[in-house]
Amino acid sequence: MLSVSDIVFERYFQPVFQPVSFELKGSELLLVTGANGCGKTTLIRVLAGILHPSAGKIGDLTGGMAYVGHYLGIKDDLSVLENLRFIRDFLGTSNRSCSELIRHVGLTRVAEQQARTLSAGQRKRCALARLLVSEAKLWLLDEPYSNLDQEGVELVDRMLSDHLGAGGACVLATHGAHRPDWAGTIDYHLVSGAAT
Amino acid sequence: MKAEPVSGSLSRAFFALLRRDLLLAFRRRTELLFPVIFLLVVVSLFPLGIGPGPQLLARIAPGVIWIAALLATVISLDGLFRSDFEDGTMEQFVISGHPLTLISLAKIVAHWLVAGLPIVLLSPLLALWMNLPTESLGVMMLTLVLGTPILSLIGSIGVGLTISLKRGGQLLSLLVFPLYVPILIIATAAVMASSDALPYTQFLGLLLAGLITSLTLAPFAAAAALKISLS
Amino acid sequence: MNTTKTVKPRKNPVVMFIHKMGSPPWFYKFTGKFIPWFWLIFGVLTVWGLYLGLVKAPADYLQGESFRIMYLHVPAAWMSMLIYSMMAVMGFIALVWRIRIVEILAMASAPIGAAFTIVTLTAGSLWGRPTWGTYWVWDARLTSELVLLFLYLGVIGLYNSIDEPRKAARAACLLALVGAVNLPIIHYSVKWWNTLHQGSSISLTGGSSIDASMLWPLLIMAIATKFYYAANLLTRTRVSLLEQDIRKSWVREVLKEKS
Repeated sequence: MLSVSDIVFERYFQPVFQPVSFELKGSELLLVTGANGCGKTTLIRVLAGILHPSAGKIGDLTGGMAYVGHYLGIKDDLSVLENLRFIRDFLGTSNRSCSELIRHVGLTRVAEQQARTLSAGQRKRCALARLLVSEAKLWLLDEPYSNLDQEGVELVDRMLSDHLGAGGACVLATHGAHRPDWAGTIDYHLVSGAAT
Repeated sequence: MKAEPVSGSLSRAFFALLRRDLLLAFRRRTELLFPVIFLLVVVSLFPLGIGPGPQLLARIAPGVIWIAALLATVISLDGLFRSDFEDGTMEQFVISGHPLTLISLAKIVAHWLVAGLPIVLLSPLLALWMNLPTESLGVMMLTLVLGTPILSLIGSIGVGLTISLKRGGQLLSLLVFPLYVPILIIATAAVMASSDALPYTQFLGLLLAGLITSLTLAPFAAAAALKISLS
Repeated sequence: MNTTKTVKPRKNPVVMFIHKMGSPPWFYKFTGKFIPWFWLIFGVLTVWGLYLGLVKAPADYLQGESFRIMYLHVPAAWMSMLIYSMMAVMGFIALVWRIRIVEILAMASAPIGAAFTIVTLTAGSLWGRPTWGTYWVWDARLTSELVLLFLYLGVIGLYNSIDEPRKAARAACLLALVGAVNLPIIHYSVKWWNTLHQGSSISLTGGSSIDASMLWPLLIMAIATKFYYAANLLTRTRVSLLEQDIRKSWVREVLKEKS
């Protein structure tokens, strides 16, 4: 689904990470680990198309892509429901109703509240709901477990196994101890580029 | 990697974004007043600084009102992209596969409705304060209706370039005012011509041409600027 | 034994040259040879041009000796506009093809262009004093040059405000491009604004037509300024390359050679 060869991204004329190559197929999870500052977020953003690689090739992707990163991409002044409705209308997907998705991520109680009033964990769940709205085949997740309680972590893992089980793929960057329990996991240890 | 465009239609996305931006502006409606108040304060400074002589005020009225409009627009421009840029929504727009050009255009339209239109609607009051001849009021409003969207469009390029800076607003004025010079010249010329009972439609024609040109080119440049700022 | 002969397509030498210029060490070495010559030609032409202009050319019928400042003002004005166009073209190439050296060239051009603009304004101002009795007049040329200076300052300001150098260069290149598109519009609207408000246009070169003996020094100075631009631009670019690639081996070799 996604093949990548020797991508490099430079900042201040230095590569952020060592060249990255991998091939990701459906139902596979690429788990990107590495020390703080080794460039996990940068790599995810390059894969997402927000950053243009300094060198290397990224294969074409079909089936759409969804990204949840450090900046959640939800509006503080809108309610959870309004946020998701907008995303659904904007992307043009219309699978399940937004209320059902909100129930799936456990935010029914606060669905009508403005996002600014939610806790960090609740905001994270709202951002994760985007993955369900988008109907994308490839998920790019940067620290999806951060700010979540145990229930939230289990929710992410459930969403992952549903998605991967249905043929989707995912690139997941994390520095934490928790690993999703999925058979088709490929470990990728990212090395910072400042070595040489 | 270029994301494949999603199934949704472009026009549906465009209007969804326009509605969202208007809703967000409405949720912060007290903040919308600040550029408006600024406009009123700036114009009122001129009689205070120059003297209230009616003939003098009438003579400088077109320029004063238009310069105040420029300043008020620049102040309001920062809000065009900043919120989306800072909370990650802009990144999501880039990833969505929809052309960023159209996304910029939707936001600019919303911005004009919220920040530019009030300038047009307030202009009769400003004209009254500056003793602008009543025959010229119609032309003044026309120049503002045609010109303030151009200000928003060209300004959006400057905002796109400076949005990643913390104090981007200060640099924004320097970037954008030279580009505003032609609009200022043509718009004030139109109003002054009408005050002198001279033909003015050619100036309005030029403004209209400018509006059409910036409608087609500016969103493209603003999108390019946003992509650079996101990197 | 395999006897099939593969014929390699002959590469266009111009394309190969351009490709080589994109490599920093090659660019550094290649341009280094030319810079001393450019400075030399600039010096010779300037001395010659100023001699012809300040000493040999006859005094102007209307303006007397003060017109001689034209030999500084006009070439500087031409350069201020030429450099902006070049900066915009280089900016376009840098944005579309993402070539680092072209980014550096474009950014290095901005301060040189701004300097020429300031020279134009100052010379124009000094010319204005004996001509109209005042140091500043809002004539079409000076006003256009002032707006041009603001455009330059915007590009320089934006480039210096963004931390990451390549991102800064790309943003400033886009700005330069946008300014270039607007420049003709600004130029014509200012020119027209001037006639609108003052009836007969006041212009520094208005009045007498230019005699041939006055034209030669002008052209020589015009060519001299181009060599100045080339020499200054390449010098700045080479310094930037050394700064940016300070950790690379080719820079270490160059610095070793110098010491």
